Amino acid sequence: MFSYLVRRTLYGLLILLGVNLLTFFLFFTVNTPDDMARLNIGGKHVTQDLIDKWKVERGYDKPLYVNDARQGAARFTDTIFWERSVSLFELRFGRSDAESAGDIGPEVSRRMGVSMQLALPLFVLQVIASTAFALLLVMFRHTRLDFWGVVTCVLMLSISSLIYIIVGQFVFSRSLKIAPISGYVPSWDVVKFLVLPIVLSLLARLGTEARLYRAMFLEEIGKDYVRTARAKGLPETAVLFRHVLRNALLPIVTSAGSYLPYVFLGSLVFESFFGLPGLGAYVIDAITKQDFAVVRTMVFMGSLLYIATFVLIDVAYTWVDPRVRLG
Amino acid sequence: MMPKFVLLWTDATVWALVVCLAAYAVVVARSPNLRASWRKVFRDAPALCSSLILALCVVITLADSVHYRLALKAAAGSPAGVVAYDTVTRSGLDWVLSDLVASREVTYSRPLDYRSYRRDTVSINGQLQRVSPRLLHGGAQLSDPEHQWVSDLLSRGFTGLALGVAMAAVGALALFGLLARARHAGFVETAGSVWRNEGDIPWRAALWTLVAIGTLAGITVSLMGEYHVFGTDTTGNDVLYQALKCIRTAFVIGSLSTIATLPLAVVLGIMAGYFRGWVDELIQYFYTVLSSVPNILLIAACVLMMQVFLDKHPDLFETGVERSDVKLFLLCTVLGLTGWASLCRLLRAETMKLRELDYVQAASAFGVGAGRIMLRHVFPNVAHLMLIVTVLDFSSLILYEAVLSYVGVGVDPSMNSFGGMLNLARKEMSLDPVVWWSFFAAFGFMVTVVLSVNLFADGVRDAFDPRARAFRPRLPITRKAVAARQEA
Repeated sequence: MFSYLVRRTLYGLLILLGVNLLTFFLFFTVNTPDDMARLNIGGKHVTQDLIDKWKVERGYDKPLYVNDARQGAARFTDTIFWERSVSLFELRFGRSDAESAGDIGPEVSRRMGVSMQLALPLFVLQVIASTAFALLLVMFRHTRLDFWGVVTCVLMLSISSLIYIIVGQFVFSRSLKIAPISGYVPSWDVVKFLVLPIVLSLLARLGTEARLYRAMFLEEIGKDYVRTARAKGLPETAVLFRHVLRNALLPIVTSAGSYLPYVFLGSLVFESFFGLPGLGAYVIDAITKQDFAVVRTMVFMGSLLYIATFVLIDVAYTWVDPRVRLG
Repeated sequence: MMPKFVLLWTDATVWALVVCLAAYAVVVARSPNLRASWRKVFRDAPALCSSLILALCVVITLADSVHYRLALKAAAGSPAGVVAYDTVTRSGLDWVLSDLVASREVTYSRPLDYRSYRRDTVSINGQLQRVSPRLLHGGAQLSDPEHQWVSDLLSRGFTGLALGVAMAAVGALALFGLLARARHAGFVETAGSVWRNEGDIPWRAALWTLVAIGTLAGITVSLMGEYHVFGTDTTGNDVLYQALKCIRTAFVIGSLSTIATLPLAVVLGIMAGYFRGWVDELIQYFYTVLSSVPNILLIAACVLMMQVFLDKHPDLFETGVERSDVKLFLLCTVLGLTGWASLCRLLRAETMKLRELDYVQAASAFGVGAGRIMLRHVFPNVAHLMLIVTVLDFSSLILYEAVLSYVGVGVDPSMNSFGGMLNLARKEMSLDPVVWWSFFAAFGFMVTVVLSVNLFADGVRDAFDPRARAFRPRLPITRKAVAARQEA
């Protein structure tokens, strides 16, 4: 188990290196720092002096990969690539490209809290709601309830999440006035701002997940141990809850777990629609302002969380299913 | 004078795709196995019905994929032999709907209305009154709108209805005729068997779909000449026209992006599964790196870089349409290049299973080269996975486009897309009084398209993957059905 974790972590680091190389290539080679400077300073009167000043301020004034002016190891370490990579791995994110904004690091940690306030309850409720709905359909399989339940699922998954948000805000906030349209307060009162996004996000994904989980349950139901359980004379509810549910948990953990990175990264669309100052809204702001430093940081953070999540899922496997041994 | 045809990047790929599909159709027609599988797809009533709707969408897409620029009349004093072309690029669909393009109002108007949504303050007999002015085009033919409006709408609506039903009837007769010929049976006999829903393909459901499409299209067409069926937007453009234009964007994104994933996913997936060892490790490393970046962030990063590149080279494009089209094309490429990991993983696993099978072992024992084995023996046997994943991804990409457009990394704002429409509709829904028609049009069209794609994809998956068929919800078998079966 321990050696497995060490190996996975090392492989994760290797992946992170790859991600770093990829993002660096995208953000520095496809477009040079000069282009970024020109874009960020804006206006027509961009002089070379201004560009140089902008680059010096942000530490972009070095060669990209190889510094021919230096000797020995410094030839490779005194470059943008090396400096950026090292600082990313030390989780120092530097300052954002935008003129007014400050350091990225404190901003990220502050906003991550907000994102988690939305995403953590959502994650838990999502798993519970989808599993419950899927179990209901499976309990009544081959009846009208199952048929129309699946029809509803297909209909629900054919509707864009934007439509859920627009209709939800219109009905619950504008017409019925039972929830505020958007906003955020850093106290317990935040609950009233979170209810609507959580409910809508739940609905937006219910169709996809419930249908998926239903298929997983049905796959388990066809197996021999279920027939044995029934042959023993167990009631159908006991078969479903004690046997099928526990065995179907394994694929459910995988599928739900792949959503975990977004618990930290926040939901881009929902946060910005409901005015929650989380990481998702941060990314959208950065994209509209073309703030590449922030986007680059978030790509790195995202993959870090993703890799961590999958190690966690592997560990969760051993807990959910004792048959699985990591080695 | 001849207009100048403009071949946009996406046009070229869309038509290339049509050629590929035609080639695939030939392959299907020649292979009994594939033919049986596709027959299974159309035995599924929802899949058959949605394929009709999708066929209509494909026709619209293709009509919207022929672009041209009109030649301008030679100005006095311009040198002879030089033809100047209009800066506006039109498409075949624009030509069909040229009335809708031309009938531009000043601002918002309700669906089918003859008055503007905006009210002007006018003085009537010395008193200031708030009056909605007449629209420039919507209901302009009415001389006394207050009395004629309802009856005019009804008469046009019924004409359209009758026309639509007549068209559907013609379609039904043609179907009966073709079926009768194929079955070597009498015309009336065939019509009766279709009506009783006999045979394995649910033609009756298809006929009802045809009637539904016919009536809706008939009513819309007969009304759209004189009214704005879905109203107009803030700049007075017809909403129906915009919604129809969105279909092409959705289909281009859905098809090109999934096609763009194929080359990398198929080649690398099969290679990883077949060669194993260090090749496998390397390819696995590649796709793990790609898939470990949250998808939307990776797409955002790529699209941002693409935008910077396009901003740097504004002189590459002659017109705005060409520019936004290249953006769409590159967006599809980005979606393809970032989305191949899951299919690659799937194909790798399947290839690993296949390479241990006897026929592959036999081929390699005969000394067939690795490349040839992969091409002739492995690829045809994983092709069904490719097909299933491609069709299943189609609808999620259409939905994804809406989110990407909202985030600001989607299609160009000047191009009509469902995401762009929803984005505008969101602001309109917060106006007071509410402007709801753009949202409803976008909602209706988008849900219809995505739902049809989903139902069709489910049909394809069930036909090509027997395991998936077990998860179909089934209605309880009624006594009547049992009795009918026993009779038969």
